[in-house]
Amino acid sequence: MQIEEELNEQLFDNLVSFLRRSHSAFQEKTTEWTCRMKSREIPTAALVLGVNVTDHDFTFRSLSEVLQNNVTPYIALLEAKDCPGIKNLMQKLLGQLMNCCIDVDSSEEEDYEQVSRNRVRCSMTSLINWYESATKRTDSETPGKKRTSSRHWQSPPVVVIFKDMESFTTKVLQDFVVISSQHIGQFPLVLIFGIATSPMIIHSLLPHSVSSLLCIELFQSLSCKDHLSTIIDKVLLTTQFPLKLSEKVLQVLINIFLYHDFSVQNFIKGFQLCIVEHFHSNPLSILCCQLEEAKRRVNSLSHNQCENVRRLPSFRRYVESQVSEKQIALLTADSSLKEAVRKLLEDLNVYHENYFPILRCLHVFVSSLPKYPLGKQIRELHCACLENRVWETEEYESSLQLARMLNKSDLVTMLQKCVEILVSSPGREFDEIVEKLKEFLTQFQKLEEAFQERDESISPQKELQKKTNLFHLQKTLLELKESRRSKKLTKFETLRFEVVDYIDSLVRCYLVPADHKTLHEIVYFNTASVLREHLNAAPRIALHTALNNPYSYLKSEALKSDGGSISNKAPDICIAYKLHLECGRLINLVDWLEAFSTVVTAAEGPTADAASSDQVDDVIHARFIRAVSELELLGFIKPSKQKTDHVARLTWGGC
Amino acid sequence: MPILEHPAYPPATLLCLESLVPCRESQVSMLLSIFGERQQLSFPSIFIYGHTSSGKTYVMKTLLNTLELPHVFVNCVECFTSRILLEEILIQLQNRSETKGASPVPCDTFNDFVRLFKQALVSQNLQDETVYVVLDRAEQLREMEANILPAFLRLQELTDRNVTVILLSEIVWEMFRPNTGCLEPFILYFPDYSIGHLQKILSQNHPPEYSADFYSAYINILLGVFYMVCRDLKELQHLAALNFSKYCEPVVRREAKERDTRKLWKNIEPHLKKAMQTVYLREISSSQWERLQCEEGEPGQIKGLSAHAHVELPYYSKFLLIAAYLASYNPVRTDKRFFLKVKGFFFFLYRNPIFSITVRRVCQSRILLFVSKLISVMFSWLCVISLSVVQKLDLTVQSLAF
Repeated sequence: MQIEEELNEQLFDNLVSFLRRSHSAFQEKTTEWTCRMKSREIPTAALVLGVNVTDHDFTFRSLSEVLQNNVTPYIALLEAKDCPGIKNLMQKLLGQLMNCCIDVDSSEEEDYEQVSRNRVRCSMTSLINWYESATKRTDSETPGKKRTSSRHWQSPPVVVIFKDMESFTTKVLQDFVVISSQHIGQFPLVLIFGIATSPMIIHSLLPHSVSSLLCIELFQSLSCKDHLSTIIDKVLLTTQFPLKLSEKVLQVLINIFLYHDFSVQNFIKGFQLCIVEHFHSNPLSILCCQLEEAKRRVNSLSHNQCENVRRLPSFRRYVESQVSEKQIALLTADSSLKEAVRKLLEDLNVYHENYFPILRCLHVFVSSLPKYPLGKQIRELHCACLENRVWETEEYESSLQLARMLNKSDLVTMLQKCVEILVSSPGREFDEIVEKLKEFLTQFQKLEEAFQERDESISPQKELQKKTNLFHLQKTLLELKESRRSKKLTKFETLRFEVVDYIDSLVRCYLVPADHKTLHEIVYFNTASVLREHLNAAPRIALHTALNNPYSYLKSEALKSDGGSISNKAPDICIAYKLHLECGRLINLVDWLEAFSTVVTAAEGPTADAASSDQVDDVIHARFIRAVSELELLGFIKPSKQKTDHVARLTWGGC
Repeated sequence: MPILEHPAYPPATLLCLESLVPCRESQVSMLLSIFGERQQLSFPSIFIYGHTSSGKTYVMKTLLNTLELPHVFVNCVECFTSRILLEEILIQLQNRSETKGASPVPCDTFNDFVRLFKQALVSQNLQDETVYVVLDRAEQLREMEANILPAFLRLQELTDRNVTVILLSEIVWEMFRPNTGCLEPFILYFPDYSIGHLQKILSQNHPPEYSADFYSAYINILLGVFYMVCRDLKELQHLAALNFSKYCEPVVRREAKERDTRKLWKNIEPHLKKAMQTVYLREISSSQWERLQCEEGEPGQIKGLSAHAHVELPYYSKFLLIAAYLASYNPVRTDKRFFLKVKGFFFFLYRNPIFSITVRRVCQSRILLFVSKLISVMFSWLCVISLSVVQKLDLTVQSLAF
């Protein structure tokens, strides 16, 4: 699916641009460092990445890739879980560094031998020896490998990345810093700390004596919210990708992002799930592609697919609004339907082309209003517009009210921004809108000029009035003032009203919610419930369903039971579970076993039943014990200390 | 007048040594008299302690190097296991004469070490000289196997060779002494440098472009500002190097002469104070500081580490964290009041001696739950807090709410 790839690529670009930025500074720093060896500090980059830990992996991977391509082949990525002690850390470090060296040289056998021997002694001295030999080797090979040597520097630094600095134990970090600071003169080492919370953590983890050995520089990554905004902006709010998300789906995704984790990665995964789900579940999704392709595909629609189109609620509405002959034609003849569908798809495309620029314009207006009645972010506005007719909402009313009170300079800058947005957008119908907006701008300019002129014209009037008596003078002045104010305001105000009304008319014209459009089902994914089920899973309910009604998962006909009765065909754990549901807080194991064996042997006829009535079969006993221990593992019961032959229930109303 | 005198060494070397170790003459002469002549048996172990950067390592290194005594110098932090430590000593011993040593010998126990050590001494022709084994940051030895420290202390006895072990540490000998007892080393204390000493040492290596007087005036100012907060020689050296270019600025611009101390002081003093607030605390790194000096820009341009103290958290995690934090302050006894909803029935239960235990246990497990939640959440803004934890919490609460 090319969309996913593009999406990933886009995210990657985002990240890499950030990394480049941090990296350039970092390069600069390393060169600087090499020239001043006097104070032996280890150059350190503290990378503050935010709490969305799930994204970090990706960031670090691309970071190391970029570093590998541009700076140095010697990179070690360390994770806290691999390094409980300094010994493990050194082992890991040496292993990674020496392996990567081998990768670079596409090595001979002798190298391997050397590595395996070196691995026995994991100390800094062996690392230094390795580094010297490695750099020497690349030096001697430079005539053969010009490319690599031009890519990397003369003595490439060894970069050690600590992925999650907070989880490292203090002692390990301290020891490592102290050790490496002893040898910093012998080989260039650069540390990178990945920090999730705040950079203050460095000072709380490392005492002053250790942190004084570091030369820490801080790099802040984009906040994940900004990251999300750019992704939404670039992926969802363009006409580039045919698939769109409906309001509810988008809301689910954004809520998961804002409320649970700040993980952009998860957001993208959710979006990918939407794509998969849409193309999987919707038979008409074949039409969800670029316009030309879609038109071509319309021609090749089969009769069944045409029927599918006819069944779409939005299409039905469309049919009902037509005249009767047309209705019949649409409902019976496939060719006329195809014609109509083609036209409608085109309409939809045009709608999208107009929708997004106007949305951005509205956002320009709305985002600067006090208290943000329609939301600060464009995604909130987008949701509001998708939900229903935005101009019918109270928030829209209040924001228009506020917009009518804007001062002139703000209004002018906003109009200019709108003009920019509309000019840069590909839509065809915007020429006249742009014209209109420009006209407004010139009017504002004129108004300003006129205002200045009037100021000048008023002053001689004032002088004329001087000769009359005081009372008269006062009165006239007041009148003059009044009239001037009202005059000035009316002129400006009318213009302002005009502008706001015009924007309002634009909104009414172009920001119609998508589900009022015919055939919106094709391009909009709107089953939010499916998405919620998948992303916001409820394990407790799933577990209960699985144990209570095994048919829902196992799909075996024998398990298709009705109501509360317990089938003996069900897995043992299900039987035990159902029986335990009937018990109180404390369950007598003997009784439970009795009941269990009764259920299990129920179908084996009265003879078997009679035989086993007093003595429980060993096999059944074993099965029961197994089922109970499985339940204990799942956390439904636990052994009770009050009565040795009882277990305590842990879930669902034990009393 | 030379202070160091010893019949075994030529006076020229001693003079050189004396110039290299300022303010530590008495300690050095003490050490020399302990060491005696090359072939004389020395004290089996010497323990040297003193505060950070009081010159222990430096003095030992220069002493052994200038007098060209056979020695091994090992940093114990670097050798994090006893095996690496022992092997390191052997390797250094073997590498003394030839440039590149033989392959490292595996040496797992101290017994092996003693054997190999003797072999190495023979192969290096060091039988009739005192060999010095210096263990820097010896406090790490305490964390290794129990036999390492006592064995090193009586290495002379074990190997039956002329060897002296010197331990360097920042903590006193009393903290070392193992429970089982050991050979007491000779203890030598390196006192902290006084301000006069610091002045003398720092002024010693002045940059060649400027006169010694000029530099020592600068050091004087520097110490005036920093001596209150920092007596670490290394740190002071670092700061001196960082800020010297700023100090020289008026001289370079020919606004002031080298002797114009007052003017220079006025120029540098606010600058140093700023440095104390930023560089010394490692708020901004020294390279950033240098860049700042070059640019002469606003100090607010580069934000320190503490400027980014704000942490953004997802909505639910924030409230979970706050709730856990608040709950962790509840005393245990109020727990049943806060968390048991159905009062009457549970009150009865609580009164009832049979059930009260269970209720209390549940309450305790609750507080445990909250505390553990607190801990887990604190660390799990690193892990995925999100769905799973919230639902797990939900599940657990459900299970506890019987």
